Amino acid sequence: MRILTGNDLKTGAVTWWTGSDWSLHVEDAIDVTGKEDEIARREESARRVNVPYVIDAELEGGSPRPAHIKDRVRALGPTVRPDLTLKPADPDIGKWVI
Amino acid sequence: MYRYDTYDQAMVDARVEEFRDQCRRRLEGKLTEDQFKPLRLMNGLYLQLHAYMLRVAVPYGTLSGDQMRALADIAEKYDRGYGHFTTRQNIQYNWIKLEDAGDILADLASVEMHAIQTSGNCIRNISSDHFAGAAADEVVDPRPYAELLRQWSSFHPEFAYLPRKFKIAVIASKTDRAAMKLHDIGIRIVERANEDGGAELGASFYVGGGMGRTPMIAPCINEFVPLDRLITYAEACLRVYNRHGRRDNKYKARIKILVHELGAEEYTRQVEAEYAHLLDQGVEPPFAELERIRTFFADPEFRAAEEASASGEPAETASEPAFRRWVQRNTNPHKAPGYVSAVISLKPVGGIPGDATAEQMRLMADLAERYGFDELRVMHTQNIVLPHVHKSDLPAVWRALDGAGLSTPNLDQIGDIIACPGLDYCSLANARSIPVAQKISERFEASGKGEALGELKLKISGCINACGHHHAGHIGILGVDRKGVENYQLSLGGSEAEDTALAKITGPGFSEDGIVDAVETAADVYLRERTEGERFLDTYRRIGMTPFKEALYD
Repeated sequence: MRILTGNDLKTGAVTWWTGSDWSLHVEDAIDVTGKEDEIARREESARRVNVPYVIDAELEGGSPRPAHIKDRVRALGPTVRPDLTLKPADPDIGKWVI
Repeated sequence: MYRYDTYDQAMVDARVEEFRDQCRRRLEGKLTEDQFKPLRLMNGLYLQLHAYMLRVAVPYGTLSGDQMRALADIAEKYDRGYGHFTTRQNIQYNWIKLEDAGDILADLASVEMHAIQTSGNCIRNISSDHFAGAAADEVVDPRPYAELLRQWSSFHPEFAYLPRKFKIAVIASKTDRAAMKLHDIGIRIVERANEDGGAELGASFYVGGGMGRTPMIAPCINEFVPLDRLITYAEACLRVYNRHGRRDNKYKARIKILVHELGAEEYTRQVEAEYAHLLDQGVEPPFAELERIRTFFADPEFRAAEEASASGEPAETASEPAFRRWVQRNTNPHKAPGYVSAVISLKPVGGIPGDATAEQMRLMADLAERYGFDELRVMHTQNIVLPHVHKSDLPAVWRALDGAGLSTPNLDQIGDIIACPGLDYCSLANARSIPVAQKISERFEASGKGEALGELKLKISGCINACGHHHAGHIGILGVDRKGVENYQLSLGGSEAEDTALAKITGPGFSEDGIVDAVETAADVYLRERTEGERFLDTYRRIGMTPFKEALYD
């Protein structure tokens, strides 16, 4: 599958296209294959996202997992600061990245 | 230290308002990202892996207590409670909101700081010896010259759009603590005998060094430029680069490529011709300006060597083994009797190299004000220095640092690792650097070999851009992406000191855990092969790569 990501214009936070809005959580991302350019153009011009781009992902346990480690780090947060990630309470979340 | 005059302040304040307006226009959609990107980069604002990142300049690494406290306040108010000190003596914040950028720059301007020219193809922050003004071995304090270069290079219209970024370092001692020959221009202030039997100061210019994907050691192109022609000569160096540096290929655009392709001799010839042309063009600032700058860097009123501390710290502290070890490892000789420069390690075992919390920054500010004539320095090795500490105050300083996790006694040892932010934060990185640094420091702490290894400088970069100076590590590690998996190349034999050398790759790379084992293997070869008094680097130079390769790969 291919999912769309970018950064929130105001905050810079990593965001993922859910089909109707942008989410901080990659689990909410949907497959945008074939529609990525149109969505990216529309959303960027509406200033809801900054520099959107599409990436490859795989479904894992029903949720998208970015294919490349760089995007998995983006999706989670710094692996060396679990307290700053989106899942600070999950001690094993680093394994999802690696 | 230098204080802004009305011109400095007016320039910085004007830039704050200009950028605040640019941010507003971006948020309102009146600027596209393509239009806005070069503007934000001119103000140190990147878009990194997780958020906007702001790089703040610390000119030649010098900070006052108030400035450090302001950096702490910014970390707390606008970021996530910490900052990252970098290998160019700057500080970076990783979680900045675009809508806060104008306010942050205004807060910085209120303490005479900014983020101007911390990105983009311009002259970046001038770096220097972190012991400048204190070191026992310097011929003069290099910071007035660094400040003169800062003023010359700030908003210099001719050099705002160079072929590529441009980094200058200034030192004034034979011992190189600033990786001077690995800069676009490295300047070493030197002393020589003059015709009257006295001594005069001049500047040796080293041009065309750098790390990155094509590491090169800068050749000396002029051994003695009179100091009253320093700016004119620097301008000549830049002009030749600006004229002939390649703009068609960013990977060949740094001055090191130009000097290499022209040859040092031809580049020098062109610089000398330009210099001769510039000599009567009025480029050099009036001598009075240098004299004005110098007054800001006058020595503080040092106490007598034998004077006792008024800190109230019990006398028994001085005999504590942990304190004695810290003094032995983390202090540097000072030019004033009774004083030392004390290094505050930002490399706790298992910690993130260069990171400091807001609380730690405030503590360092307090210590600078109470015990250090209100001065701090950022080291390019990502530690902090209190440059002027009376020896009698060391127990109190150590006690306070120890209580804040800042007393690790590992200066220049294997735990004192330079590591770039790597793939945990940086959008350019191919692999993570920080976890490797953490595992190595933990491994050597657990094995107890760190102390036995003595001086061993280990540097880690998460990509070929080499922000972690891996080319110059006694042991260097480069993280690469091998089919989507992190892999780490090991290099040996680099140095960024006065014996500058580029490290050589040992062979095939290692996994994340494998590279930790490999570093230990290399360290064990050294421990086995060393002779009396040899550092790791000395042993490597004597025995060569072969014994290390045999141990690593056979």
